[in-house]
Amino acid sequence: MTANDSSPHHLQLTRDGQLRHFLTLDGLDRALLTDILDTADSFIEVGERTIKKVPLLRGRTVVNLFFESSTRTRSTFELAAKRLSADVLNLDISTSATSKGESLSDTLLNLEAMASDMFVVRHSQSGAPHFIAESVTPGVAIINAGDGRHAHPTQAMLDMLTIRQHKGQFEGLKVAIVGDVLHSRVARSQIRALNELGAEEVRVIAPGTLLPKDVESLGCTVEYDMARGMKDLDVVIMLRLQKERMEGALLPSEREFYRLYGLSQQKLALAHPDCIVMHPGPINRGVEIESAVADGPQSVILNQVTNGIAIRMAVMSMAMGGQVAERQQKLSERGQA
Amino acid sequence: MTALLDIDQLLDQMENGLRQALQQRGIEAPALIGIRTGGVWLADVLSKRLGIEEPFGELDISFYRDDFSRIGLNPRVKPSSLPFDTEGRDIILIDDVIMSGRTIRAAMNEIFDYGRPASIILATLIDLGARELPIQPDVAGKTMALESHQRVKLRGPDPLRIEFQEAGQ
Repeated sequence: MTANDSSPHHLQLTRDGQLRHFLTLDGLDRALLTDILDTADSFIEVGERTIKKVPLLRGRTVVNLFFESSTRTRSTFELAAKRLSADVLNLDISTSATSKGESLSDTLLNLEAMASDMFVVRHSQSGAPHFIAESVTPGVAIINAGDGRHAHPTQAMLDMLTIRQHKGQFEGLKVAIVGDVLHSRVARSQIRALNELGAEEVRVIAPGTLLPKDVESLGCTVEYDMARGMKDLDVVIMLRLQKERMEGALLPSEREFYRLYGLSQQKLALAHPDCIVMHPGPINRGVEIESAVADGPQSVILNQVTNGIAIRMAVMSMAMGGQVAERQQKLSERGQA
Repeated sequence: MTALLDIDQLLDQMENGLRQALQQRGIEAPALIGIRTGGVWLADVLSKRLGIEEPFGELDISFYRDDFSRIGLNPRVKPSSLPFDTEGRDIILIDDVIMSGRTIRAAMNEIFDYGRPASIILATLIDLGARELPIQPDVAGKTMALESHQRVKLRGPDPLRIEFQEAGQ
C-alpha cells in the first residue's frame, strides 16, 4: 500500500481489491466496474420476481443520510436496501438535527451508536462522504449518493448498465453529454466511467458558460454547436438544467437554452437512427428535452430508474460484503498472532 | 481412494432413481432445476434422458448463501432463471455434489421466493456425507466418503467428468 492511505482509492477498497465504500469512480478499474454491472444484472432478475427480495443484508441497518433533498435517488436507495432485506432509516437532515446546531460529527456518532451498518450519504458539499468514510467506525460502509459538484457514482453506473443493456458493449460507442456540465456531479462520474469502460468517444455539448474550466482534461471532447455534436451518436445523455445551483447570469433564458441545446425530434434525427436518449431525471420538459423525445421510442429514461434499484443493490451488497470479509480477515490474523 | 468414477454409470443410477421416485409419488410432469454450475449441466443431461421437453431452470444461490457475513458476496454471481412458475409444481432439484447441505437449504429458500412448489425431489450426482443440516438427497448417483485432504469436482459441460483433487491445489 502506498503512503497516501486516505486517497479515495485506498479508502474504497480492501487490501485484496474488494469494494468496502463507494465514494467515487476514480481509482476503480474496468474489472471492478464490470463486476458491479454483472452483479446488478443478477439483481434485475430479482426485481422481476413475485417476491422481489433476497436475504443478503438481513438484520443490517442502512441509514439514508440526505443533507440535500432528493426523491428518486433516496427512494431507489430505500427500495434497494429493502429488497436486500435490510432495515432502513431515512433521515432528512436538512430539516433535522443540523438545523438545531448539531455538527456533522456529532450526528454521525449518534447514528453509529444505533449500530448502523451503512450510511448512504447525499450532501451539497463535495467530499462530505469521503470525510465520513475516513472517520467512521471500521465495518460501516459509506455509499455516496451525490456530493456537491464532485461525483454521483451510482447514477453513472446505472447509466452504464442502461447503455450496456441496449448496446451490448462500450467499445466503438460515441456518447454525448449535453447541457449543464458545470453544475453536474453526474457528468463527471459518467465521463470517468465511459472512458474506463472503453467508449470510443465521450463528447460534451454545452455553452461555454456551463462547462467547467479544462473540461477536456476529464477525458472528453467539446462541441458548442449541438447540430454538429449530434452527428454519429449512439447515446445522448441530457442533463437537467440545475436552476437551483445557478449563480449569476450563465444563461440568457430558458427558451434560448432550449432553442440551442434542447433535444428536439429534429436534432435527435441527426444522430444514429438507433441512438438511445437518456436523462438522469427529473426532466424539465421543454427546457432540456421535448416531450415527444422524452416519451418516444428512443428514450430509455424509465429503464434508467429500474436499473437504478439494481445498481444500488449491487453496490450496497458488494460494499457490505467487502466490510464483513475484511473484518473476518482481521479477526483471523489476530487469532494467528 | 481416488478410484475413477464412470460418469455414465452414475448418470444411469440417477436416471433410474428419478424414474422410480417419480413413479412412487405419481408425478407425471416434473420441472427440473439445476444449481449452478455443475447442477445445470446435469439438469441438461437428465432432462433429455427423462424426456422432459420443458426447459429447465438455473439457480444461482449467491444471494441466499448463509456465509455472506463471513466471506461477503460472490463476485461471479449470474442471474437465476426459472422459465416456469414454481407455484404448485413438482420440482426435481439437481446438484453435482452434496456435503454440508447448506447449498440445498439456500436453493430451497430461493425456490420458495418464486412460489410454493407442490413437492421437491433432491437428486445429486455424488453424496459425500459429512452433513451439517438435516437434508438428504432422494436420489444419488454414488455415495462415498473422501479423505480430509481430498476434494471432488464435476467438470464440463462437454464431456462431463469427475475430477479428484488434493486439497490446496
